[in-house]
Amino acid sequence: MNIFSFVKPKNELENSDDTKQNVPFVPEEMWTRCPKCNTMLLTTDMEENLNVCTGCNHHFRMSAAQRVELLADEGSFCEHDASLAGGNILDFPGYDQKLEKARKNAKESVICGECLMGGVRTVLCVMDADFMMGSMGTATGEKITRAFELATERRLPVVAVTVSGGARMQEGILSLMQMAKTSGAVKRHSDAGLLYITVLTDPTTGGVTASFAMEGDIILAEPDTLVAFAGPRVIEQTMRQKLPKDFQTSEFVLQKGFIDAVVNRQSLKPTLIKLLKLHGCREEKK
Amino acid sequence: MTAYEKVTAARDVKKPTAVDYIANMFGDSFIELHGDRRFADDKAIVAGLAMLYDTPVTVIGIEKGRNTKERVERNFGQAQPEGYRKALRLMKQAEKFRRPVLCLVDTSGAYPGIGAEERGQGQAIAENLMEMMALKTPVLTILIGEGGSGGALALAVADEVWMMENAVYSVISPEGCASILWKDSAKAPEAAEALKMTAQDLFDLGVVERIIRQPKTEDKAMFESLKLLISRTLTKNLSLDPDVLTEQRYKRFRRIGTGHLIT
Repeated sequence: MNIFSFVKPKNELENSDDTKQNVPFVPEEMWTRCPKCNTMLLTTDMEENLNVCTGCNHHFRMSAAQRVELLADEGSFCEHDASLAGGNILDFPGYDQKLEKARKNAKESVICGECLMGGVRTVLCVMDADFMMGSMGTATGEKITRAFELATERRLPVVAVTVSGGARMQEGILSLMQMAKTSGAVKRHSDAGLLYITVLTDPTTGGVTASFAMEGDIILAEPDTLVAFAGPRVIEQTMRQKLPKDFQTSEFVLQKGFIDAVVNRQSLKPTLIKLLKLHGCREEKK
Repeated sequence: MTAYEKVTAARDVKKPTAVDYIANMFGDSFIELHGDRRFADDKAIVAGLAMLYDTPVTVIGIEKGRNTKERVERNFGQAQPEGYRKALRLMKQAEKFRRPVLCLVDTSGAYPGIGAEERGQGQAIAENLMEMMALKTPVLTILIGEGGSGGALALAVADEVWMMENAVYSVISPEGCASILWKDSAKAPEAAEALKMTAQDLFDLGVVERIIRQPKTEDKAMFESLKLLISRTLTKNLSLDPDVLTEQRYKRFRRIGTGHLIT
């Protein structure tokens, strides 16, 4: 044995073609880059932290199912009108295909039902960004309207979590009509002396902002959420106006006086429970 | 006429605007009232009181202006939050005095500008929708030109909605729709067709109750017959119990489009 053979241990792979295939394999989905602070986050850590960046408190989007899990007491959520869906009423070109694609994830852009929140029976509506960017079609409006009608009849509070690109243009005027319909249902619930809390999440825009999102007795929003009627792109394109920094974020809208509070995701459920109890909503006996 | 030709006709600057309708139907009886009592007076919305034969009414119109100077002054008929708040103030006032409300809508949409957003454009529209649905006095809305999205709907939660034969009413402009969906605003004519935004389409969808023949500015007789029609409808609704009236209004919107849902 030659002493020089110990200078550098021979790596069998060093000169082989297999090198590339033998580097440890890191699946892409293990890591998530925070778009705000650029930190690489271990996806499992981030999910454990309710999809919030551990570095800069950036709130990532959540699916509707995750939202329900976050807010409803474990196992208490009972979905209503789960099978209710709309069709291509106007025979709008390409809408059938879009619907079909979207329906792989969910039936419609909102999940409605009842649940216990800290033991308090509550009607919960959660919009779903994965379904055509949470756009409001006829079925969306119908589900929300029914949720409010049920809450009015049974004298229950409503919590609505919004995320939406606005009215769904493929349903034309009928999607616009949902703004009036849902607002009417909110009004009746309100006139019955019942509590309605909205939670605005990123992004809440267009026809949803101009209807039930802004009609809560109490309006909360997650940090750094886009809250707008006309979104930044619309303003820049049509008005050719340069937008100020942080324009239309929840913090900005708070400062302008249009929402009650910006609440971190971690404190969202405790805040909602506190508000429900401040309005005399009682825990159900177990 | 194709759908896009109707869009063009609805935008025609020579057709009568809200102030023309007011002048022709109410003449000297109209007295304009200004301001939202919170921030400003929005000139895109012209509002006030008038005599409809022997019934006092509240009239609220979106005004685009009849020449360049007026159009600039009226912000091209694009209302800001204070405009919608002025409208709501006068509707609540109408409710107090049990006066019927007539809304004349002609707008490409609510103003999408920085100031409007800062002052809560979405909140202002949302509040109008909510309050109009429960307003305990008759409300009649006529679309006299463009009915642009939420900015038009904010004055159109009514017992009945009528449309001029060449008016359009849509969730988005055909140009906006074409540029979002097909990245090409030149495809607006196709979008106009697909959106079903003409008076006939909307009548078929149950969104409007009546299609009205478009009067020309100097056509006194046609304005007179429109005035008669308005009076009959508002008088009939004024005789209803307010709770019945608001129940009917809710059901009107509750019904639209639900026939097509799959459960």
